[in-house]
Amino acid sequence: MIAKLLKNREILLVVAVVVLLALIALRFPAFVAPFNLARVYNDTSILIILALGQMAVILTRCIDLSMAANLALCGMVAAMLNAAFPGLPIPLIILAAMALGGLLGMINGTLVWKLDIPPIVVTLGTLTIFRGLIFLLTDGKWINAHEMSEAFKALPRLDLAGVPVLSWLSLLMVCVMFLVMSRTPLGRAFYAVGGNPHAAIYTGIDVGRTRFFAYCLSGTLAGLSGYLWVSRYAVAYVDIAAGFELDIIAACVIGGISIAGGIGSVAGAVLGALFLGVIKNALPVINISPFAQMAISGTVIIIAVAVNARAERRKGRVILRKAEAV
Amino acid sequence: MLQEKTPSRAKPAITLEGISKSFPGVRALSDVSLALYPGSVTALIGENGAGKSTLVKILTGIYQPDSGVIRVADSDTTFPTALAAARAGVTAIHQETVLFDELSVAENIFLGHAPRNRFGLIDWKKLNADAEALLHRAGADFDPTIRLRDLGIAKKHLVAIARALSVDAQVVIMDEPTAALSHKEIHELYALIERLKADGKAILFISHKFDEIFRIADRYTVFRDGTMVGEGLIAEVSQDDLVRMMVGRAVDSVYPKKEVRIGEPVLTVSGYRHPTEFEDINFELRRGEILGFYGLVGAGRSEFMQSLIGITHPSAGAVKLDGEVLVIRSPAEAIRAGIVYVPEERGRQGAIIGMPIFQNVTLPSLSHTSRSGFLKLADEFALAREYTSRLDLRAASLDQDVGTLSGGNQQKVVIAKWLATKPKVIILDEPTKGIDIGSKAAVHAFMSELAAQGLSVIMVSSEIPEIMGMSDRVIVMREGRIAGRFERSELTAERLVRAAAGIETQLNGRAA
Amino acid sequence: MAHAQLSPRNIPDRLEGRGARIMKSWEALLIVVATLIFLGNSFASPYFLDPWNLSDATFNFTEKAMIAFAMALVIISGEIDLSVASIIALASTAMGYAVQLGVDTPALVAIGLGVGLACGALNGLLITGLGLPSIVVTIGTMSLFRGLSFIILGDQAFTGYPESFAWFGQGYVWWVFSFEFTLFVLLAVAYGVLLHKTNFGRAVYAIGNNQTAALFSGVRVARVKFTLFLLTGLMAGLASICLTSRLGSTRPSIALGWELEVVTMVVLGGVNILGGSGTIPGVVLAALIMGMVTFGFGLLNVPGIVMSIFIGLLLISVIALPILWRRARRRLAH
Repeated sequence: MIAKLLKNREILLVVAVVVLLALIALRFPAFVAPFNLARVYNDTSILIILALGQMAVILTRCIDLSMAANLALCGMVAAMLNAAFPGLPIPLIILAAMALGGLLGMINGTLVWKLDIPPIVVTLGTLTIFRGLIFLLTDGKWINAHEMSEAFKALPRLDLAGVPVLSWLSLLMVCVMFLVMSRTPLGRAFYAVGGNPHAAIYTGIDVGRTRFFAYCLSGTLAGLSGYLWVSRYAVAYVDIAAGFELDIIAACVIGGISIAGGIGSVAGAVLGALFLGVIKNALPVINISPFAQMAISGTVIIIAVAVNARAERRKGRVILRKAEAV
Repeated sequence: MLQEKTPSRAKPAITLEGISKSFPGVRALSDVSLALYPGSVTALIGENGAGKSTLVKILTGIYQPDSGVIRVADSDTTFPTALAAARAGVTAIHQETVLFDELSVAENIFLGHAPRNRFGLIDWKKLNADAEALLHRAGADFDPTIRLRDLGIAKKHLVAIARALSVDAQVVIMDEPTAALSHKEIHELYALIERLKADGKAILFISHKFDEIFRIADRYTVFRDGTMVGEGLIAEVSQDDLVRMMVGRAVDSVYPKKEVRIGEPVLTVSGYRHPTEFEDINFELRRGEILGFYGLVGAGRSEFMQSLIGITHPSAGAVKLDGEVLVIRSPAEAIRAGIVYVPEERGRQGAIIGMPIFQNVTLPSLSHTSRSGFLKLADEFALAREYTSRLDLRAASLDQDVGTLSGGNQQKVVIAKWLATKPKVIILDEPTKGIDIGSKAAVHAFMSELAAQGLSVIMVSSEIPEIMGMSDRVIVMREGRIAGRFERSELTAERLVRAAAGIETQLNGRAA
Repeated sequence: MAHAQLSPRNIPDRLEGRGARIMKSWEALLIVVATLIFLGNSFASPYFLDPWNLSDATFNFTEKAMIAFAMALVIISGEIDLSVASIIALASTAMGYAVQLGVDTPALVAIGLGVGLACGALNGLLITGLGLPSIVVTIGTMSLFRGLSFIILGDQAFTGYPESFAWFGQGYVWWVFSFEFTLFVLLAVAYGVLLHKTNFGRAVYAIGNNQTAALFSGVRVARVKFTLFLLTGLMAGLASICLTSRLGSTRPSIALGWELEVVTMVVLGGVNILGGSGTIPGVVLAALIMGMVTFGFGLLNVPGIVMSIFIGLLLISVIALPILWRRARRRLAH
């Protein structure tokens, strides 16, 4: 029973996160106080949303390196909209950011689907293009807190039943993605396309189209995160979230989402992101320089991918009858 | 046999007429026709490479025919996509069960047409219940919520069959469905096929096993080299007739086996075993000998051969070459020692598509065509020229991408590649699988020539005529073990089949 | 034709002469593009054709190109190394740290190369030893190597490199030919020979086209791949020496984002990102083109980030255009 539970990636991850928390709590009990844990979750919310989008893409055997640049561009556009039309309702700005993000995702998806360009090349290219576009839009200027309306900045922090809207939004996205992944044909198609593209064709699933939708999804979530990021930190410039694409992929890899496609879950993505979030928030507490975070993420990625590879390694076909446990 | 044969005036569920399909360098199908009738099993028979799998891919919408007509329920149609074929009621159960390891059994059955609730979301409860019912109909009783990867191959087949039932297919294609099944499972499959027939399904049954063809098929269609060479009622044909149609000529005349004086032992294998793939492999290979390894697909022959050249590592056992004990940890060491393996999967393991012919040929011999690590192109071309011409390769130039050659000529390049290393022992794994008759003859003639020159040859083959025509001695493997040894004088097709299939299967089969 | 009597039909070695093959190649197209850019730049700016200006311009690409040569081999073999820029940072940090301890120039060079080799060895071990996908491993080590620099340096910088060390990034071998440019030329020749004239290079192509068949053919796949990652590590170490010497200081953000530029250079040079084909002359031409474009934009006062848009578009279009071209031709043929 226990052996079977330990085989489950998500449960293994929960154990890892709990052990991590317990280790920190040994010396700094305050860290695991409910209030502080809620704060850590809130701080990780954006990473969770992004990891959910990246998960969909990775499940289909693709990768989206442009998510952070997409986030930065959408965040900048949201901030510019707010600065130019302070009266614009915030939900409209959020929708605009999501729509723009979705559009950028569609560009990635179209290049992958219609032109068969390797996903890593496409998103490497769009990564630099998106960042460059921000510069063209702004001439390199910053949009600072005082140029943003109060409502724009306040929404993520707004308290609803003791929990900030940012946390609620990420929880909402987790629920939505859970429904999409487990209860819609598209969600199941993500698994099928990554798990066995050949067989997917036989079951009538269009592999390219499914990948296209995965990119739309990751783009839309990046767009939403763009608004959240800019409003939360109350500043927008060319380089926000630079290099964050790697944290997103790290969260997915740690969450047991196989880079080879077809394996992974919403719970895994969330837990992978939380694992990184806990480390990031714990570093200052346990008095380790925040500069160590990058090295730790890197080490954790390598360990996670090694552990996952071991778990996924297929057993050879059993030919000898006696060895087959029928 | 079991029921009255097909009512001859019934309308076909699906008809193919004048179907042709070519690939670069190969004409896979030319002007073939096929009709499948409701409530009837049609056996599709032909050697490997006869065009059976191309036909299946056309029927399931994976390939588009270059010309010809597909007719369903009296109206002409096309299957531009797999989905279109599925919608028209055609479904296939494949040799390598193509399903999704990471998804649950139930989902594998319903992927693409899962039941939904009124919000348009997948209704897992109904899905699992329906899956259970379908599995039951397919004669399986395992939990539909477990992951597919936790099932054995036989059970995966049952899942594939349940999937066919779930789409309410009118035409069911079974591509060697019994290849990986146990005796008991095969009988359950027969019962299932009877039920499908009773339901009025039209079944296309592809098999190499004559006993099961005579047992369950009502009609037959024989393919050879991409054309249809015969069709009719099983009741009106004998096994010999079918073999003659498949091969196209009497067996003996085709094989250019030379009488060679067999010399001293060259390769001795003793106590070879692997934890999951094979055990107790002992044999000797002598100079000038062609030793055939026969068995059903999946008997462990290729796995053993690959272990011999260091692709996988045995858990115990010893190999002696010319009396000296060898430890081989990689193909590079095997090649240096003088043992080479021409693999079965030409496209994946043999040819390096994307590289020119001459570079393919010289790859394992680079140390002979170079000086201190630097390539000598002239030597490479000379070596490639020598061996490709010995195999009668047909190509425009040696600088041509090997991927532009036909299957038969690719195989010649692949054989030339390993032969150019001047081995003592050459292992050929299904050397003529999927290649045209002309190339086949060239490969056989060459193999015979090699043995005559004193090379020792191991030939793994699943084709009885080839095994009987070429081998001096035959070892039969079944389920990872040696199941029989025969001298050339003792060889009969029946003995080989008995040994490969296990005796008890044989007693129940019609051929017995 | 010594073998003529054995052969029922003679198969010629090649159908096309060397000239015809070169004319049809990707490299020929690159030469045309490079020439056009060169002419365009010459007309656009009177300063372009000055030998010293041109010499300055070479610093735009020499360090990246060193890595690109090794990266080309890695990509041809079907793998990728995204950690190269982070190796530069770590090697530079190690050298900076050593300077604080009073180490002299030869030892600094040894440290730079040594750290590069060690990083490459770690990548190689993880990828060939444990059989992990190189894209994830090197994303991980990319984070790890630069992360180590951050741990050591934080927001500080190392300076105070010895004067003799400056020669690698600022010195001239003869007239306008800098040490870096000379090194670039030598390495181009060395990698060209390695890839195109040796058994090792042939093995790299074989692995990239069909790893399984290469293994069956006796290619020592793991050993070759390990060597390739060692080489990229070594080249990153070398580039680190040049860059550190040129800048005269080390920050943890040194060479940030270079991995993308290096990969772009390699792909622009005609190396198939999926492995199996590509040439060193192509990469050399791509380096020259990217260098001249950067220089030209610089003369026209176009900011660097706009150039990155151009490079991103270039990356996608050099892969997309052949695909579209092939498709259009097929449609015409029908």
